[in-house]
Amino acid sequence: MLHLAELSRLSISEEEIEPLKKDLDSIVSYISQLNELDTDGVEPTYQCFDMQNVWREDEIQEFEAKREDLLALAPESEDNQIKVPKVL
Amino acid sequence: MKIADKNTKAVDLVKAALAKAEEYKDYNVFISMNAEAALKKAEEIDQKIAKGEEVGKLAGVPYALKDNYSSHEGNTTAASHILDSYHSPITATAVAKLEAEGAIMIGRANLDAFAHGGSTENSYFGPTKNSADDTRVAGGSSGGSAVATALDIVEFALGSDTGGSIRQPASFNGVYGIKPTYGAVSRYGVVAMASSTDTMGCFAKKAEDVDLVMSIIAGQDKKDSTTLPDYWTKKLDEVQPSKKKIGLIRDCFGEGIDPEVNKIVRAYGDKLKAQGFEIEEFDMPILKYGLAIYYVVQPAEVASNLSRYDGIRYALRSKDAKNLDDIYTLTRSEGFMKENKRRIMIGNFVLSSGFYDAYYLKAQKARTLLINAYNEAFEKYDALLCPVAPTPAFKLGEKTSDPLTMYLEDAMTVPASMAGLPALSIPAGKTEAGLPVGAQLIGRAQSDQLLLNIAKQVEEGEK
Repeated sequence: MLHLAELSRLSISEEEIEPLKKDLDSIVSYISQLNELDTDGVEPTYQCFDMQNVWREDEIQEFEAKREDLLALAPESEDNQIKVPKVL
Repeated sequence: MKIADKNTKAVDLVKAALAKAEEYKDYNVFISMNAEAALKKAEEIDQKIAKGEEVGKLAGVPYALKDNYSSHEGNTTAASHILDSYHSPITATAVAKLEAEGAIMIGRANLDAFAHGGSTENSYFGPTKNSADDTRVAGGSSGGSAVATALDIVEFALGSDTGGSIRQPASFNGVYGIKPTYGAVSRYGVVAMASSTDTMGCFAKKAEDVDLVMSIIAGQDKKDSTTLPDYWTKKLDEVQPSKKKIGLIRDCFGEGIDPEVNKIVRAYGDKLKAQGFEIEEFDMPILKYGLAIYYVVQPAEVASNLSRYDGIRYALRSKDAKNLDDIYTLTRSEGFMKENKRRIMIGNFVLSSGFYDAYYLKAQKARTLLINAYNEAFEKYDALLCPVAPTPAFKLGEKTSDPLTMYLEDAMTVPASMAGLPALSIPAGKTEAGLPVGAQLIGRAQSDQLLLNIAKQVEEGEK
């Protein structure tokens, strides 16, 4: 549970572990019924309509939002850059 | 639908909608109102009308916008704490198209946070109440949009449907709700949930109104490469069924289905018969696995899509964060609702290297079998009929303690989503206690307008 939480970048308190484990157990046991299905030789479907990649010229296009609008969204910024705590 | 013209002022339409929103405040339909901007737009439209200028197909029509659509008006919160301060710098394509036709957004409607849920109880801003009984849930996740339409606050509302989020609240509140074919409407600017099944649709009270709104928002968009070439282009009456035959999915009328729902949806089948359709019962045993497929694939896509909320570039950043890891972990832990966290964890579980084949790959293979079963059915039928949800609206709080019981609500809506098919929730009647019940018509890809035409025929037959 704690490993899964860490992978998900979520912190879970002691009190949360048991109820969450119970919920996830019941969900996993429900989805496990897929094992009853014979899927040998069946191709998986990742998207329904067999779409092909859409290409376009690699050209700069106008974007509706301005750079300063996007920077203004950041919780912290300085000198036109988004600020985060020191990493190294 | 009432459109502004020389006799009907847009300002009056907007004022009436705002007054109704105020009257029904206790239902908690809206997360934020857009009164000032809406009135200003209405005035502009009235001025244009006075000058005889072009004002668009939805001139002055007030609408409610599910709060997961981006626009410059108000914050796009997705009913979550992590985005409650987020003011979007972009406008969703669907919104831009509506605005270009003169429609006026009066408020941002409540939803389950990030559209995760079937009751609108998972909202950071509290639950929305059912329009027919305020002790019951609105359904979800587009609960606010459905209730806004049902209470006649607005004549239409936008929603999004990934596994039933338009259809089920439409059923619970007695209005039409359409989940279009995957790719019919651009997803650009809508907060992503599960990208392979996310669709954008609407609520309205008449089939023709649904068609009008959808014909405006549908269409290919360079900003969403999954959009299909334009096909929502016909007049409803031009779209006729070729077989005049509808398949009633017998598997959806058995155990676990409320007897009143069963009766009302079958009675809708009789109304179709009265319009000259042949109704044939058939079995689709693979449907039993539809929900399990969905609750593997959808959380996997959710986990991936929600990884962008990291506290770095926009919206919430935890005040307690001291290092980079803290920013990610604390921000996400504070900002997501419990249900968001469950889905992220399930998603990361089914995608993890040890379990990928057993769950994710298995589900995607089962998805192929499901699609094959639909294809087989559409060789015989124009459309398929089944309930939208196993029960009418349940009590507030009734299903919040056990997530799996809440998931079971989606059992009859998720299969069409997994196959990308259009599905329409049609107000079909009421239980003895006065709770609305919807019937669901599912069609082959791009047959959205046919479903609406069929519903319209029944609507007119009842006049």
